[in-house]
Amino acid sequence: MKYLKAFGRFWYEFIVGDDPKIAIAVVIALALTAGALAVSLFGDTGLVLLGGVLIVGAFAISLVIDTRHKRS
Amino acid sequence: MTAAVWGVVIASFLACFVEMVEATTIVLAMGFTRGWRSALLGTAAAVGALAVFTLAAGYAITTWLPESVLQLAIGALLLIFGLQWLRKAILRASGRKAIHDEDAIYAKEVATAQAAGSGSGGIDMFGFMVSFKGVFLEGTEVVFIVITFGLNAHNVPAASLGAIAAIIVVPTIAALLKRPLSMINENMLKYIVGLMLASFGTYWSIAGIGIFRAGHQPLLWPGRDLAILVLVAVWFGLSRLFIAALRTPKKADETREVVPS
Repeated sequence: MKYLKAFGRFWYEFIVGDDPKIAIAVVIALALTAGALAVSLFGDTGLVLLGGVLIVGAFAISLVIDTRHKRS
Repeated sequence: MTAAVWGVVIASFLACFVEMVEATTIVLAMGFTRGWRSALLGTAAAVGALAVFTLAAGYAITTWLPESVLQLAIGALLLIFGLQWLRKAILRASGRKAIHDEDAIYAKEVATAQAAGSGSGGIDMFGFMVSFKGVFLEGTEVVFIVITFGLNAHNVPAASLGAIAAIIVVPTIAALLKRPLSMINENMLKYIVGLMLASFGTYWSIAGIGIFRAGHQPLLWPGRDLAILVLVAVWFGLSRLFIAALRTPKKADETREVVPS
């Protein structure tokens, strides 16, 4: 169990790192894009552009939260 | 070779170059303070463990995961990984995070190695374990990047070529200089790698969303592979905006980071 926990912690730190906001931001952006696909909101071009904007926006928001938190 | 293939080779080379510089610093510190036999044995053991890990991970991924799932899952992981690098690069360039300094890291490793007691037996276990851990952890990142880049670009040889070149170049330079490669602007390299990982990750993860539609075909970007260049420009522009907006009065090079990251 100890080794399993250590294994899980290694992969968490390896992928998520010290800022889980970025992982959360990416998952939310991709989920919203998948949602837009499910309701046939746009064609391929519209969907990839929406996905790109969502990812860039989500990263920007996570960085703003990060730096505002450190400032206070 | 096409521009996309060159992109895979260069991104893989730069990412592996950075990781190799960090691993080499640790091995050099152990070699000069605890003895080369234990440092090199630790390195060899880590390389062996990495080879087994690579084969197992490669087999599991290609056998059990359908290609469409692979593109989304691995593209998303690569994107998260790349954005973590980009975040650190932005914070370092704007003076909000200490700059990575190989000389300081080397000095810290040497001090720790000198403070550790000497063990009995033929192999110095401290030097062996620190070298093993350093090479294995940095190597895992290399393996992750090569597998994700190679599989998603359908060109594992191109990604491997970039990694192998870095694995040969870095230790060769370090062996010739007999000191850590602190003259290389590692922070700039990490910034470039972060941009490339974020751009390729954005491209592949969004294309992979296509698995949720009938036929499971990937979403097509306008301009296909050329869209990656646009994504590089977008991430670069956004990062410069953040660096300018977040810049603190204190100069970035006034602080030095002594913890590898």
